Amino acid sequence: MTVVASCVGVLLLFAWFTPSKALYFHIGETEKKCFIEEIPDETMVIGKYRTQLWDKQTGSFLPATPGLGMHVEIKDPDTKVILSRQYGSDGRFTFTSHTPGEHQICLHSNSTKMALFAGGKLRVHLDIQVGEHTNNYPEIAAKDKLTELQLRVRQLLDQVEQIQKEQNYQRYREERFRMTSESTNQRVLWWSIAQTVILIITAIWQMRHLKSFFEAKKLV
Amino acid sequence: MQRVGLLIVTLYAALIGGTELTFELPDNEKQCFYEDLEEGAKFDIDFQVIAGGNYDVDCFVTDPMNNVLYEEQRKQYDSFSHTAALKGVYKVCFSNEFSTFSHKTVYLDFRAGEDTPLLPDMNRATALTQMESACLSIHEILKVVADSQTWYRLREAQDRLRAEDLNERVSFWSIGETIILFVVSLGQVLMLKSFFNDKKTNVATST
Repeated sequence: MTVVASCVGVLLLFAWFTPSKALYFHIGETEKKCFIEEIPDETMVIGKYRTQLWDKQTGSFLPATPGLGMHVEIKDPDTKVILSRQYGSDGRFTFTSHTPGEHQICLHSNSTKMALFAGGKLRVHLDIQVGEHTNNYPEIAAKDKLTELQLRVRQLLDQVEQIQKEQNYQRYREERFRMTSESTNQRVLWWSIAQTVILIITAIWQMRHLKSFFEAKKLV
Repeated sequence: MQRVGLLIVTLYAALIGGTELTFELPDNEKQCFYEDLEEGAKFDIDFQVIAGGNYDVDCFVTDPMNNVLYEEQRKQYDSFSHTAALKGVYKVCFSNEFSTFSHKTVYLDFRAGEDTPLLPDMNRATALTQMESACLSIHEILKVVADSQTWYRLREAQDRLRAEDLNERVSFWSIGETIILFVVSLGQVLMLKSFFNDKKTNVATST
């Protein structure tokens, strides 16, 4: 029993912090990398990152370097900053959306020692989980004392809830799309009429002006 | 102690799962993503261009030996599956180098390895009860539903951005055309008047 408990404990620790084998990319010193997450409201997003620095001496990427931090900035669909924090070389950030739409997650390095960055390349392992993927099922099972079957059903419930939220968001987006299309339709209609009217008025003005001009010059 | 070790190993092996990322690719730039894979690991790559220019991007995938596994020019969306023959770092690159001024928004879905098991000691080899296998099939179907929703969300985003772009262009050009109309009609009248004024003075000087 204690072995199982310690296993669960160790797992929770690992699940919390490190994206051990996530997708990684390279980022320059002053470079800012932004990712967009289009999510419905009341959705939780957990992002985990791990950095490695290029070491010229060994010619490889060294694991976690102290003094090398990453600044994480998260903006909501109204471009309002909802999170702007400095994290260490390994970090975990989390936020819950309150408005549906495109949230922007930006990362840039904020090294305290410029010398560290002489190689110019920083490797960032990034893992972003959204919605029901953020749930830590071993933790939920332990907390609510659920059997395996109950846990599976709980997972299905979470999945269905997320699908429902996404569908509500889809309805909201379709409405926006429809309003944009109707606005375009109106604009095309009114501007066509307006331009025809302006054209006719301008033509009439031109003829009258020229007629009076020619009459003045005694050509007509 | 052995059990702890085994669990940690299975956790690391199974934790690959999948990563979905939507990122912006500025013009004349290339963005690469890398993933460390075991031999025999099956991976799927889905990408879609959501916004920008002609909604197309160059994409190529290379294996640890720098052999090109997949290469496409100017694709709007595509899907690529492969089983890793070698252990090492696989690279997925997107290039917008052919574009001079439009930056693209690209959605990438990289799925590799197995899904993380729900509980650490859920061993797939043991037989499942009817209830458990029913739950498992519902889970798989719901995953398909969620993927389908993501697909539609991306298509809708692309269409909506095009519609908003069209709306802006209609306003801009309507106002532009009205101004051009005024300028041209005024210009015509003034030019015509100037012809007759010159001719008058010419007539006056010649006589």
